[in-house]
Amino acid sequence: MSDPMRIRAQAAGDKVTVRVLMSHEMETGQRKDAAGKVVPAWFIQEVTATHNGKTVLTADWGPSIAKNPFLQFVIKGGKAGDKVAVTWVDNKGGKRTDEATVS
Amino acid sequence: MQTRREMLTRSATVAGLLASAGFLPLTALAAWPQAAFDAKTMADAAKALGGSAPVESKDVSVSGPDIAENGAVVPVGCATTLPGVKRLLLLVEKNPSVLAAVFNVTDAVEPNLNTRVKMGQSSNVFAVAMMNDGKVFFAAKEIKVTLGGCGG
Amino acid sequence: MGKRSLIGLAAMALCVGAQAQKTTADGIAEYRKMLEDGNPAELFEAKGEELWKQKRGPKNASLEQCDLGQGPGVVKGAFVTLPRYFADTQRVQDLESRLVSCMATLQGFDAAEIAKTPFGRGEMANVTALATWVASMSRGMRFNLPQGHPAERQSYEVGKRAFFFRAGSHDFACATCHAEDGKRIRLQELPNLTKNPGDGIGFAAWPAYRVSNGQMWGMQLRLNDCFRQQRFPYPGFGSEVTIDLATFMGVNAKGSESIAPSIKR
Repeated sequence: MSDPMRIRAQAAGDKVTVRVLMSHEMETGQRKDAAGKVVPAWFIQEVTATHNGKTVLTADWGPSIAKNPFLQFVIKGGKAGDKVAVTWVDNKGGKRTDEATVS
Repeated sequence: MQTRREMLTRSATVAGLLASAGFLPLTALAAWPQAAFDAKTMADAAKALGGSAPVESKDVSVSGPDIAENGAVVPVGCATTLPGVKRLLLLVEKNPSVLAAVFNVTDAVEPNLNTRVKMGQSSNVFAVAMMNDGKVFFAAKEIKVTLGGCGG
Repeated sequence: MGKRSLIGLAAMALCVGAQAQKTTADGIAEYRKMLEDGNPAELFEAKGEELWKQKRGPKNASLEQCDLGQGPGVVKGAFVTLPRYFADTQRVQDLESRLVSCMATLQGFDAAEIAKTPFGRGEMANVTALATWVASMSRGMRFNLPQGHPAERQSYEVGKRAFFFRAGSHDFACATCHAEDGKRIRLQELPNLTKNPGDGIGFAAWPAYRVSNGQMWGMQLRLNDCFRQQRFPYPGFGSEVTIDLATFMGVNAKGSESIAPSIKR
């Protein structure tokens, strides 16, 4: 079970700034451990963000994205009380969705 | 029996081949764009995603610090003021994995994304805007790294 | 030059415009500022809060009755008054050792087992997450460690002796790096810990998320690593010397603002 994301969604005017912190190793597959063995690649490949259930952004990520990834984007035409959900899927099939209410 | 991963990898490869052969519109690429993430240059990455040769433009911007104290976490952003953008890409020229992210923007979000990348060494960082009409524009910024951030 | 004036310089440089020649120090200050929003430490804060409230251990109890010095269950403000003397354990304790005491008394965990567990693993990782959350609940508050009890005053004096004690193959002491103004190693500024080094600096910045290894470090691990760098033997987790050094630094930092959990290279 992965650790939850931290999603903060703040409305200002009719724009909603969403900041997400995801808990993930983002292992490149280039690193070797103390024993000299390659640590297998394990990273988020796909991110989806929805606003009140409608997809507003999708992204494909590679292993160059930093560990415990941060993402910030701005939704046009949102307001306090709206729901923002973020889903990630990693290269091992791991998946996680978290939701936040716009404040 | 095929595992789900095998099935996805196969369909991604096929989709990639079809796209580069011009048989599929960009929107049909649902799986992870392997070819783009394998690309070693910005031009190859854009080509793998069905775009034309990238042209530098003042209407695309890449943001980030001039110097990163640690390459493990470098905050970068990609944005454009051009209308009709389909995708925004972030690339780190000298990383083993050059393409860091592909953002498929919809009309519901501003074409302005911020994230954090790992940088193995001082390098140019590119923001690329792929337009609906197939044109590709980019901006570059050099970010110096004082300590490699890839497990060093 | 303290970090504050560096950030002030950086802010001025940014206001004046990109034309002004930026020094490396300004650049680093700008980089750090960019990372303040969205500190991965928040992930550990969230975990710590969950662990505080969750019924766990052989006694299947939560930590909500844990006394961190302000009374059972009082978390806000506790971080900036630690280390301090506790009557029930009859010794001065820092945040992490106190959390382990509570995990043992309230939840039935084996304190010695936790102390032996490497940082980042098992229950020790939980201690770090808990410490991160407890520290976050005092963010913005000013350090005010008590020195009313004789044991607290003794802890300070022993901490001071330990701070200046030269040992190991290189004859290092904490003071070798941290007893003068304006020192640095490569790009890392070395705060003067024999006095108040300023808001959010030194003692006031830990626990911190270290981007270089993606790990959350509490003060116990920070000191553990200082010992390693000085070529000292590793201190035991929660050992007297680590608590006394923390008392020394914490009392010296009286009045400075805590920014913990912060983000570090």
